[in-house]
Amino acid sequence: MALTKILGLETEYGIHLADPESNPTSGSSLLINAYVAHLAGRIEWDFLDEHPGHDARGFDREGVGPLVERHLVNTVLTNGARYYVDHAHPEYSTPECTTVLELLAADRAGELVLERSMAAAKQMLGAGQEIVVYKNNSDGKGNSYGCHENYLVDRTVPFKEIAQQFTAHLVTRQIFTGAGKVGCEEEFSGRAGFEITQRADFFEEEIGLETTMNRPIINTRDEPHAEAGQYRRLHVITGDANLSEVATLLKVGSSSLVLSMIEDGYFNDTDLYLREPVRAMHSVSHDLSLRMPLELRSGRQLSALQLQGEIYLAACAYRDREGLASLGDPAVGELILSQWERILTALESDPSSLRTTLDWVAKYEIMQAYCERHGCGMDDPRVAAMDLQYHDLRPERSLFRRLGMETLLDEATVLAAVTDPPRTTRAYFRGECLKRYPRQVISANWDSIVVDLGEEPLRRIPMMDPLRGTAAHVANLLDECATVNELVDRLGG
Amino acid sequence: MPEREQRQRPASESEQSDGATEESLPTSERAERLKSEIDDILDEIDEVLEENAEEFVRNYVQKGGQ
Repeated sequence: MALTKILGLETEYGIHLADPESNPTSGSSLLINAYVAHLAGRIEWDFLDEHPGHDARGFDREGVGPLVERHLVNTVLTNGARYYVDHAHPEYSTPECTTVLELLAADRAGELVLERSMAAAKQMLGAGQEIVVYKNNSDGKGNSYGCHENYLVDRTVPFKEIAQQFTAHLVTRQIFTGAGKVGCEEEFSGRAGFEITQRADFFEEEIGLETTMNRPIINTRDEPHAEAGQYRRLHVITGDANLSEVATLLKVGSSSLVLSMIEDGYFNDTDLYLREPVRAMHSVSHDLSLRMPLELRSGRQLSALQLQGEIYLAACAYRDREGLASLGDPAVGELILSQWERILTALESDPSSLRTTLDWVAKYEIMQAYCERHGCGMDDPRVAAMDLQYHDLRPERSLFRRLGMETLLDEATVLAAVTDPPRTTRAYFRGECLKRYPRQVISANWDSIVVDLGEEPLRRIPMMDPLRGTAAHVANLLDECATVNELVDRLGG
Repeated sequence: MPEREQRQRPASESEQSDGATEESLPTSERAERLKSEIDDILDEIDEVLEENAEEFVRNYVQKGGQ
């Protein structure tokens, strides 16, 4: 039986400073410090459990994996998220969630955190100075930064199986996960003026540990931040950062469903293996018809749309036999399936009908209309400016906000997720401890928090199981403990 | 699809206050309404788009990330 999927999203935001001399790393730090400055106290991130060099294929490569930048600003928020500077970008990692709706709220809350950070930074900076943040993945000049998805999967399923069986989905889901991009990265110049995704052009390998160069479709980083004997954290780096709520829901929802199916052996008897995944990654993104055939290893040829259709039908069969409990809440699983069907049907009959639903369609349609009005082509600099400004998180400048996009969450839910942790994982314990005992929580990371009981040494509270420390487990306990000392006593000293 | 909340732009809400829904309108009227909605959006975009688009795009350079 597939494990309950623990989900997370980490987004590196694009950052632009008015002064070209200024440094994006210090700009990112300023942004985060400005946000934290108006919150009560500041909690440091704890690096004890960082091992980004662990490879899922069973070896360690110290020094090859991404460096953990310990000297940069790093903080934990009361919603259980991590907010920090990574590779000269502000990065927001959602707390762990069990349903995609919780995750969507946490991700949208991240946008609000960045929006408030910009406003706070503006107050700290001199007149005319501003730091602007973009939720995108490419500067259009060959530089990319990621929006990574995380899924805890069953350690007993061989990694090779996951890698082989998941690839076709990662390649073809681009038809709804794409955030759209005008122009192409240099290597692909000469191709169509608009492509479906921001990220596809940056993928060069089928499998590997890198995330900043020679990017692989399947990333092998093996750093579960949980009981390693039980869990593997699949770190998915192919996706675009979405502003569309439906796109985020479907990106993560369809992928967690496919991973459950892989865990339960539902892909063993299919032939859904692409012959050339890297080439397909690029061609799917460049094919606005969605109908170009991709060759499977079996010799069959299917378009991205047809392949998604087959995966969707297999997912329905899986639901009928195994249920959707692994998606945290079966009702949310049903929502994922119904959205999946609706989006594939619309992409088949009339993609433009999704102009207020999916990012790439919204962007494409409005750019087309703009070109028509102004008698220009997709290569006009104003269209390139529209591309960037679609992702601008300033409400007064955001083009996304002007397009009347469909939403799945009400604003109150998103606002609550800025301060409150999800209730169904250990993020609840982390976030509530930060809220209730801000002066005594010294540091926190994904799998523990360190508290000061007023006597040496500091005490570490381990949280290795992501499904413990939920509201159901600890809400009453926390209510009964006025101080962290009482809490530690009650937890068994 | 489940009946979920769909938020539209304020302009289109007021346009629909006569009770007519998108589905109940003939195709030509629907197309017209869509066109006027998009025209409104384009007007707004003309207002908020960075003034010197070329320079803005040229200056948007990021350090590579993950």
